[in-house]
Amino acid sequence: MREGGRDDAPALEVDGLSFSYSGKPVLEEVGFRLEAGQFTVLLGPNGAGKTTLFSLITRLYDRRVGTIRVDGFELRRHAVAAHARMGVVFQQPTLDLDLSVRQNLTYHAALHGMGPREARRRAEEQVARVGLGDALKTRVRQLSGGQRRRVEIARGLLHRPRLLLLDEPTVGLDIAARRDLVERVHRLCVEEGVAVLWATHLIDEVYPEDRVVVLDGGKVRASGSVSEILAASGGTSIGEAFDTLTTGPVEVVS
Amino acid sequence: MSVGMGRYLHCMRGVVSRELLRFVHQRSRFVAALVRPLIWLFVFAAGFRMALGVAMTDPYKTYILYEVYIIPGLVGMIQLFNGMQSSLSMVYDREMGSMRVLLVSPFPRWYLLVCKLLAGTLVSIAQVYVFLTIAWFYGIKAPPMGYVWILPALVVTGFMVGALGMLLSTFVKQLENFAGVMNFVIFPMFFLSSALYPLWRIREGSYLVYQIAAMNPFTYAVEMIRFALYEQLNLDAVMIVVATTLVLLALAILGYNPARGMMARKGGG
Repeated sequence: MREGGRDDAPALEVDGLSFSYSGKPVLEEVGFRLEAGQFTVLLGPNGAGKTTLFSLITRLYDRRVGTIRVDGFELRRHAVAAHARMGVVFQQPTLDLDLSVRQNLTYHAALHGMGPREARRRAEEQVARVGLGDALKTRVRQLSGGQRRRVEIARGLLHRPRLLLLDEPTVGLDIAARRDLVERVHRLCVEEGVAVLWATHLIDEVYPEDRVVVLDGGKVRASGSVSEILAASGGTSIGEAFDTLTTGPVEVVS
Repeated sequence: MSVGMGRYLHCMRGVVSRELLRFVHQRSRFVAALVRPLIWLFVFAAGFRMALGVAMTDPYKTYILYEVYIIPGLVGMIQLFNGMQSSLSMVYDREMGSMRVLLVSPFPRWYLLVCKLLAGTLVSIAQVYVFLTIAWFYGIKAPPMGYVWILPALVVTGFMVGALGMLLSTFVKQLENFAGVMNFVIFPMFFLSSALYPLWRIREGSYLVYQIAAMNPFTYAVEMIRFALYEQLNLDAVMIVVATTLVLLALAILGYNPARGMMARKGGG
């Protein structure tokens, strides 16, 4: 069953990952790992390479150097197993607006090989978990931006992945919806024991107990717990640390 | 990890039912898809009826009216537009990201793309049968069994134009460029084929156009449908269409290959 994985394998392991786009390096020697139940913030300014990194982890493109393992399964060699273990919330909204919440979710369930009955059951379960239990039959078009994002999170968790990837999920949300989403996903991470990789450039989305990977100019500038990042950068707040780490040529890796 | 047969079928059912649901919700698209061939039939063909009677050619057993001749071409037109429409929606999906949702499914990418083609083909077949029903009431009737015979021909044609659309969608990066595809792909494919005039007639007009039409795979799709509608098998046409489909499909799958496809060229922050 676990031909490529090990029982103690981290949910995500990225090692020596480099990628260039028309000759220009976008990612250089990126490496970090995520354990189950850990909320990791991938923090970086716009253009740091966050979306590229996500596209590589989700295997939308593949011309790269280095290894990516999901739950111990190398992405290239065991694409099926690796994909089955990850849930993704993309930066752009990807729901079918004219279909109902349930139809959107059962479509996704089918893409993971689930039968109709199981799909409906899981859709109900996950939608209730993100607090939209009574919106199953609602057309997505009628939902607010924050609610749509929650549907996408329910979708990402539908096939019970070990790893949930979210690429700047709060873009375009108002302050209240943003705070709600950050709070919810933190809670889900603990409750479900799923490893979360949350990309953002907004410092206030980092909780004190989170782990942080600071990405800038395609390189990992620092990674570790919030206190480790603070120690490495000499800053007193994560905002200050972020400024120190992402401006200038400082390279601190804890 | 093995993925069982049943899971593959669930995946296919999911992709197909999404496409059908979307189609049901886009009624304007359905109407547009029908209005186009009906205008050709009622206005163009009716007008040329006197001028362009078609002499007896296979598979017809008698002299036929131009309206009768043009039906298989219009069936092909429905499928051609539908194939381009789904490739347009693939470019749109890719910009909007829902293509990503499809491509992060654990199923092999070629299988996902084939499911997508099947879904588009089924939508086009529904359109074709509605069109043929209207034509029937208008008085253009083929042998009843012909309507069954064309089904496999419609499946193959649907896959051919769908795969062509899919291949084009890997080249067309933005939605805005799509008008160009219409001008440079759909119109030449349709007009430079046997859809509107039989090849022998084109040959009388221009030998060059005849040669182009004789090399156009769409000509063979139309002929395959034409023969099937009259309960005959045009084996040459079937082989040409199937071969073209396989080549286009292979290229489209290659185009969506993560290691070398166009997806890789869309960089991001």
